Amino acid sequence: MMDSGRSHQPGRLDTHAEANLRFIRDTMERAGVFTAVPGWGTLAIGVMALAVAIITGGVWNDQVWVGVWAATAVVGFGIGVATTMRKVRAVGLRMTGGAGAQFWAGLVPTLAAGALITVVMARAGQVDLLVPVWLLLYGAAVLTAGWRSVRVLALMGVCFMVAGALAPFSPSRDLSMAAGFGALHVIFGFIIARRYGG
Amino acid sequence: MAKAGKKREGALEVIRGISAAGNTGMDRVIHERMRLAIVSALAVNPSLSFNELKRLLGASDGNLSVHARKLEEAGYLTCSKRFEDRQPRTEYRITEKGRRALARYLDHMEALVTAMKDREA
Repeated sequence: MMDSGRSHQPGRLDTHAEANLRFIRDTMERAGVFTAVPGWGTLAIGVMALAVAIITGGVWNDQVWVGVWAATAVVGFGIGVATTMRKVRAVGLRMTGGAGAQFWAGLVPTLAAGALITVVMARAGQVDLLVPVWLLLYGAAVLTAGWRSVRVLALMGVCFMVAGALAPFSPSRDLSMAAGFGALHVIFGFIIARRYGG
Repeated sequence: MAKAGKKREGALEVIRGISAAGNTGMDRVIHERMRLAIVSALAVNPSLSFNELKRLLGASDGNLSVHARKLEEAGYLTCSKRFEDRQPRTEYRITEKGRRALARYLDHMEALVTAMKDREA
């Protein structure tokens, strides 16, 4: 539609300029979240998991074993959140906008489901089955959250799911935990840090 | 204060320019949507590959490469090609000139919005 007169021009320009600013902000936010995966943070989680797997190798009490790994998961989640926020903030963005909300929406429900299942299965004494469940659910969470992120994150999610599928055939639950939460985090953390800057 | 005044004056010049000649004096290279998106995405990342930009912006191969080339020709981007695991990887980085162009464009838009609001008030 043609502009009917000069009096409308300011309003239109105003709207266009605001739309452009919004577009730039949205694109920056999406791009920031797209590569916000913390490489060194992921690697640190892996190193911690490897250390915990060595320690829990000598733990025979199931309740203690679950407790140690639950505490490790909480600390690991904290490291993940803190390093992600730090990486996003370093470029002056935040994780609470549209793209950030999508990331959390992909990650948190599956992890919450894992926490609930852990309580139920630990009470039922099915501790050995927790390892494949944890690996599968964590893989699904990473895959979902990482779908709109760099490809390597989705690949990491798939690898965790494969590790979860293989876990029931492993000779030791600690070996599965070390290979999954330890080695996979270390490998992918290193790749992400090298490729996407820390 | 002086900076805000300068911005406002610049925006008023833009408005006058549009009214008089339909010319905004805006950076035409960066003003185009896809090019603006490429520069904005690279401004918050050290580098992004062709495929990453394509996924992030939902662009086609042809569209992205045409606009990236224009930005490269303007000196706003650098493009490097290398092999990674025997796969070719084209990587883009924003240059200092590109960063300045984006900052200028943002200032321009903000000044425009401010000036319009002042004018309406």
